[in-house]
Amino acid sequence: MLATGSQTIGPYWHLILHPEWADLTRFGAVGERIGLTIGLRDGDGAPVGDAAVELWQATPPADARFPGFGRASADAEGRCRFTTIKPGPLPAAGNAWQAPHCALAIFARGLLKPLFTRVYFADEALNAEDPLLGAIADPARRASLIAKAAGPTDWAIDIVLQGANETVFLEL
Amino acid sequence: MSADMSQPPYDAPAYASTARRAPRQTLLALPAALAAASEALGPRFAPAGYPPLADLSRHAGGAALGERIIVAGRLTDEAGRPLRGAMIEIWQANAAGRYDHPQDAHDAPLDPHFHGEGRVFTDDDGAYRFVSIKPGAYPWRNHPNAWRPNHIHLSLFGAGFAQRLITQMYFPGDPLLALDPIYLAIADPAARARLVARFDLALTEPEWALGYRFDIVLRGAAATPMETP
Ligand SMILES: [Fe+2]
Repeated sequence: MLATGSQTIGPYWHLILHPEWADLTRFGAVGERIGLTIGLRDGDGAPVGDAAVELWQATPPADARFPGFGRASADAEGRCRFTTIKPGPLPAAGNAWQAPHCALAIFARGLLKPLFTRVYFADEALNAEDPLLGAIADPARRASLIAKAAGPTDWAIDIVLQGANETVFLEL
Repeated sequence: MSADMSQPPYDAPAYASTARRAPRQTLLALPAALAAASEALGPRFAPAGYPPLADLSRHAGGAALGERIIVAGRLTDEAGRPLRGAMIEIWQANAAGRYDHPQDAHDAPLDPHFHGEGRVFTDDDGAYRFVSIKPGAYPWRNHPNAWRPNHIHLSLFGAGFAQRLITQMYFPGDPLLALDPIYLAIADPAARARLVARFDLALTEPEWALGYRFDIVLRGAAATPMETP
């Protein structure tokens, strides 16, 4: 059967916005609590101020106290913020590991289908052996997926939709 | 999403907002060495944490203005297997073509008895159903005298991020479909025609509401085997 076609989320998606979903620790999750600030810019360097950003992490495993999923709304500066538990490593093929990361899906007016990417963390030694980071030959492009420390428990990453510093997006 | 004929491209020149937002680089395919990618593992949602709201036709103690409709269908994967317990989010304009949203400046009235958000879950057969009113067409600034066809926005979660779908359901016989760059961005006429609901007299409830059938197929079945919740 043919899959149903994707269409843009449009400018009025905030009718399904529930700001509390951006805090994945709101049910009392246990672990290393972090803030993750994501800045979104378009091909002109302009903020993507009407985007929806969804975050999913497979670790720690989702349960009643940790949904693993969040949604946040970009503000006029193109920034959104999640509060979550820092993810752990995930098994890869063989005896290898995927470095700790969050999966992201970006929806916006002007995007007829989502942009998928990942956020890794600069302090993780496993980044050096992560199979997905290793599949990106250009070090500058690889760095586009790695959040930098922005405070003792805060991380920040810029996502560029188009152009010279374009973020690596995934084919899913 | 590769060269899948069922999906639109990122870059669609007739839809002006794609020009500065469509990526230019080739997308990175997930390396096989990932084995179980995060993107295939979740999320999952349960009605306990995400309360269903299956009747958009009433709000704040009164009935919304407009043509009452029932929308129902089945959610399956590409192999035709039902997707059970899947969350579907719904949002739409009111009968006058106005969203209850601060950024919507269209000169059409708000309706105190219509908000326009809904949420339902599929049953064991992948079936879903909600009640609403038929949304109105509304203008947008993509090109001179541009109007969006009547549509309902739907957001769906399958087994994993890789199956994530946000789409729009359209109505049969709408003359604006042939002029709409968002609908026309799906190049294959048969694929885009599947975004148009079918009027269904069997679903129609006498003296109450018109029935529209809209079946939805999520891609990526092979990458994301579906589990019974
Ligand atoms: Fe819309």
